[in-house]
Amino acid sequence: MPDEKTKGKFTTVSIPIPLFNKVQKRIEGTGFTSVSSYVAYILRELIANEDGNQTEDPFSKKDEEKVKARLRSLGYLE
Amino acid sequence: MIQPHGGKLVDRFVSEKESQRITDSFQDYVTLDISQEIAQEINNIAHGIFSPLEGFLTREEFEAVLEHGRLPDDTPWTIPIVFDVNPAKLTGITDGDMIGLSYNGKPLAVLELEDIYEYNPQQFVESVFLTNDSSHPGVEKINNMEKKLLGGRVRMIADMGNPYPDYTLYPKETRILFKEKGWRTVVAFQTRNPPHLGHEYVQKTALSIVDGIFINPLIGKKKVGDFTDEVILESYKVLMQNYYLSKHSTMAVLHTEMRYGGPREAIHHAIMRKNFGCTHFIVGRDHAGVGDFYGPFDAQFIFDNYPDMGITPVFFRSFFFCKKCNSIANDKICPHGGEDHVNFAGKKIREMLANGEVPPVDMMREEVSKTILKFGNPFVT
Repeated sequence: MPDEKTKGKFTTVSIPIPLFNKVQKRIEGTGFTSVSSYVAYILRELIANEDGNQTEDPFSKKDEEKVKARLRSLGYLE
Repeated sequence: MIQPHGGKLVDRFVSEKESQRITDSFQDYVTLDISQEIAQEINNIAHGIFSPLEGFLTREEFEAVLEHGRLPDDTPWTIPIVFDVNPAKLTGITDGDMIGLSYNGKPLAVLELEDIYEYNPQQFVESVFLTNDSSHPGVEKINNMEKKLLGGRVRMIADMGNPYPDYTLYPKETRILFKEKGWRTVVAFQTRNPPHLGHEYVQKTALSIVDGIFINPLIGKKKVGDFTDEVILESYKVLMQNYYLSKHSTMAVLHTEMRYGGPREAIHHAIMRKNFGCTHFIVGRDHAGVGDFYGPFDAQFIFDNYPDMGITPVFFRSFFFCKKCNSIANDKICPHGGEDHVNFAGKKIREMLANGEVPPVDMMREEVSKTILKFGNPFVT
């Protein structure tokens, strides 16, 4: 497993030149000032969408009942 | 249900047994007395409102937040949550120590100290507030902070209490509440003011595209001239009792300080509401702004830099009463000119209330005005 980078602000990732040229053309006239900023944007969006599809661990039944009792006592639930 | 920010809802409360053990041996800890603001930050960390933070930022985290508006693992994070301490109180304390934190003379939490570090206040204010003008309340606060910061995870051993326990819900509770109400989509509305009709319009417009609205007034340290917490809470209570459906709306307060950080704070506000279980977050004109420090829509533009926020911003540019449309409208739906528009001037409403006058009913609901005017002085002094 590669080491996680912890120092510095940026690191280098390689992409094929044809892909670089394609992206560079694509971002012309947009708000993206560089291929790097566009790639960073896309990757963040992609990872976030993947993370969003993971199921969250539910609360324990005991916890949930305790919370519901409190919510009822405060009038948030009937 | 939307995931908490960072993927997991933080819970930094110890068990009852552990709490008793720590409390019984508290005199053996090196202890620091903490302010209400620090205690509140710890409370919010412990309850998961600041997920994924498990404590105060370490140096590495702090620098990443200032530089990138993200934690070192790239999770969006824009407002440094830090614990400043007078260096004179740190004699004999080193990294790795467990520090007892007492509030109002009672044990509140333990800090697993990872880092003691200095910081550059100029860099801090310019990164976060985009200004070093000391008339900005956030800049003034940082300029008055102590010189050292402590980083590390916290473990909360006691409840700090708050003045509005019946209107205080934490993320675990709101997530279960939204689920019980059958809300798959929830829009959050952040406010530090009592509601006028423009606010109500924005809330109800946003509510029309989701299952429920979570009105979440921010209460805590504010600047002189802001409305008091009690005024905000009471005015929202009366508004919602009379003009909202409980099936689709709910309210609870958020105890945290207002930082007046404009764009960066808008992201922070969205993150907190994501942790509460909201899927959408309303961002209006000059969100979390103060004076003229930020452009009117800077707090909307910043969301372009965070495609991975995980909560959807709902932007409103402007809203007004249009005499020709004969209704409240916004710039996307009203074809008429400014001469037909009556703006919701918060400043004018505030002036009228300060003078004991009831604002016109096309500006503020009569029930809300009367509630506010029952307070001798509705403003922070």
